[in-house]
Amino acid sequence: MAQPDNFGFGEEATLLKESARKFFADNFATDKLHGMVASDPSPERMSECAWDRDLWQQMVDLGWTALAVPEVADGLGMPVAAVAGLVEELGRAAFPCPLLSTLNATYVLAACGSAGETALGEITQGRTASLAITNKQGSWEAAETDVTCEQGKLTGTACFVQEARKVDRLLVSARTAAGLSLYWVATDAPGLTIKPDAIVDLTRDQAHIQFDSVEAQAVSTEGVAALEQAMPAIWTILAADIVGAAEWQLQTTVEYANTRQQFEHPLGFFQAVKHPLVDVMVLVDQCKSLVYNAACAIDTEPERAAEYAHMAKASASETAAFASGRSVQYHGGIGFTWECFVHLYFKRQNHSQMLWGDAVWHRARLADILMGAVA
Amino acid sequence: MSKSAREETAEQVAFRQYCRQWLKDNRPGDPPVRLPLSPLEIMTEAQLTYLQKWQKSAYDAGLIGCDYPEAVGGAGRNDCQRVANEEMIRAKTPFMPNVIGLGMAAPTVLYHAQETVKEQLLPRLFSGEDIWCQGFSEPGAGSDLASVQTFAERKGDKWVINGHKVWTSLAHFAEWMILLLRTDRSHKYDGLSYFVVPIRSALGKGVTVRPLIKITGETGFNEVIFEDLEVDDIYRLDELGKGWQVAMTTLLHERGAGELQTPRSGGMKSKATHATNTSNLIELARNTVRNGKPAADDPLIRDRIMELVVREMGLGQNQRRSRVSALLDHPARLLLQNKLLASEIAQDTGALAVEVAGASGSLYLGDDNAPAGGQWPMAYMNSYGMTIAAGTSEVQRNILGERVLGLAKSK
Repeated sequence: MAQPDNFGFGEEATLLKESARKFFADNFATDKLHGMVASDPSPERMSECAWDRDLWQQMVDLGWTALAVPEVADGLGMPVAAVAGLVEELGRAAFPCPLLSTLNATYVLAACGSAGETALGEITQGRTASLAITNKQGSWEAAETDVTCEQGKLTGTACFVQEARKVDRLLVSARTAAGLSLYWVATDAPGLTIKPDAIVDLTRDQAHIQFDSVEAQAVSTEGVAALEQAMPAIWTILAADIVGAAEWQLQTTVEYANTRQQFEHPLGFFQAVKHPLVDVMVLVDQCKSLVYNAACAIDTEPERAAEYAHMAKASASETAAFASGRSVQYHGGIGFTWECFVHLYFKRQNHSQMLWGDAVWHRARLADILMGAVA
Repeated sequence: MSKSAREETAEQVAFRQYCRQWLKDNRPGDPPVRLPLSPLEIMTEAQLTYLQKWQKSAYDAGLIGCDYPEAVGGAGRNDCQRVANEEMIRAKTPFMPNVIGLGMAAPTVLYHAQETVKEQLLPRLFSGEDIWCQGFSEPGAGSDLASVQTFAERKGDKWVINGHKVWTSLAHFAEWMILLLRTDRSHKYDGLSYFVVPIRSALGKGVTVRPLIKITGETGFNEVIFEDLEVDDIYRLDELGKGWQVAMTTLLHERGAGELQTPRSGGMKSKATHATNTSNLIELARNTVRNGKPAADDPLIRDRIMELVVREMGLGQNQRRSRVSALLDHPARLLLQNKLLASEIAQDTGALAVEVAGASGSLYLGDDNAPAGGQWPMAYMNSYGMTIAAGTSEVQRNILGERVLGLAKSK
């Protein structure tokens, strides 16, 4: 099936993106973010999980958590292209919240067919969720988990679980006698312990989850298939978050390069600064174009979805690394301090860079698709 | 697909139908000679004749000059060249030989020449009967274009031109040249003026064209020497001293950011030509053995090829996104990146291919054992023409930094 020229990014998507941009600009300036998440600079701090629940509730009331829920589960059933537009604005604001994690769970549940509908209904009602599908080695392969399930009870540890302390539900992958299955469980279920990780990123929280014979609701026995179908959307919306954050890094650094004077000129006058900033822009644009191409493929050309989403996340991880490095470097001495806001985005981007696969991992998968796997 | 597909006007819909049918009936047959990679490498009369015949038939059918006024030989349509371009690419027609004329001279003449000059020159430009070339660079004026020294001195209602232009593609076939020169030595920018001047009809009468040999060993561009060439004042474009502003119109279109679409094709993939792209690079890696295994199985080589695949697809998707206004931050931001990215991706693809080929990467066109007939080292060397011509990559980064990001102007 051919993709529409405009990525399927129509009027509705345009309005959603514009309203999201305005929402964050009106309600969540970067100094507010800094005040909220950066109160304790100590390197030995535990991650705090500070976030603005009131603002989050407004986002839920706007229907943003139900955007990707299929209409059959009373959601809005919006295309991934439209969701990516919203997430780009979220990334620009670096807003700490469980939107991405809830969207991720939504895409996996939607890939479970009718088996996922009960859990999806809870998301439509405003419940938040996250995926608990990663093992201790941090493998991004869908089939790897350290959690097992016997007689409906989960045992073991899921690692690198995003926004664990913010969400109401977890979608857990666990090994059973029959293969890999998916389970839906409340984060306050008896026997479930959230162990926060002390992470560098101040805008997110992450944890490992210990399951000690936790009773869980079975969702699907086709876990690998559902995860593999959903992963392209998960990679693509994270890449959209990176694009938004990288655009903030670019514009903020350009503004500084126009203001700060050395040798009787603003920094941006010097080509040693100007040209790499152009290269940041080039990467941001490449990534943005690849994000909407991947989103549109998921919506309209599913046979190419994995290929294009690998391209988007490979590009995004490179963009995150380069834009972050340049943003600190060109802020000079002040960029190296805790008080300068660029560190918030630097850290968020470093987290996003590795999350759900870094550039090398995605390029290796892409090569398997385009060149054939090596025996 | 009501909202998602691009909405076309009734005129565009009807014109698309017309183009599709006409191309079905009139697409030219396979060329009788090997075609070069691009119009700028046309070397023989036989290549030129075949391509000129194609351009003339496309013009007569209304597929060229679509959006130009009828009075100057255009078709007077509204935003239809884009449609013709898409249909020509779809039908895999050959490229147009008069590429500098269509892409750069035509819009410059339309916006800056007198009416009688437009009526005289544009129809034969569109039809390809007159090939055009561009006289901008000089031995002492490359990236710093405004320092050109070719000089026109007024003599009654004529001008007498002396000077030296270099890197002039297609001058050996050209009837006309767009020419940036100096009419006042005391002001760098305001001393520049812009002319169109005859080349072929003035050979031996004030104009000399000599081929320059490229790094690859090919010819294809030239130096052009003016010795007391006399030109009527009517061929001066815009006002005296406004040459730099006129040149900006030319460069805007050369870099693909002008509002008038350039007629284009190049959809025909002749078997003899060899595109510098990643699918050919993957093919090369499959056919190259390193350490007893296909190079395509080496994880480091796979990673580097995939880096290029991502960049190549990114450029293609940039071009698609440049037409979706809701996903643009700045009107020219993507268009102004086109030339920089296309040339650097081609260069890096060529460089990697030569490296992947290993020892065989050193074999050139004359060697029967050369992979792809030696086209990879040829493409790699040729790519430097692309990263240098029409504003070097360094100048492109200045333009992007200053015009799009708003950074302070560098010296």
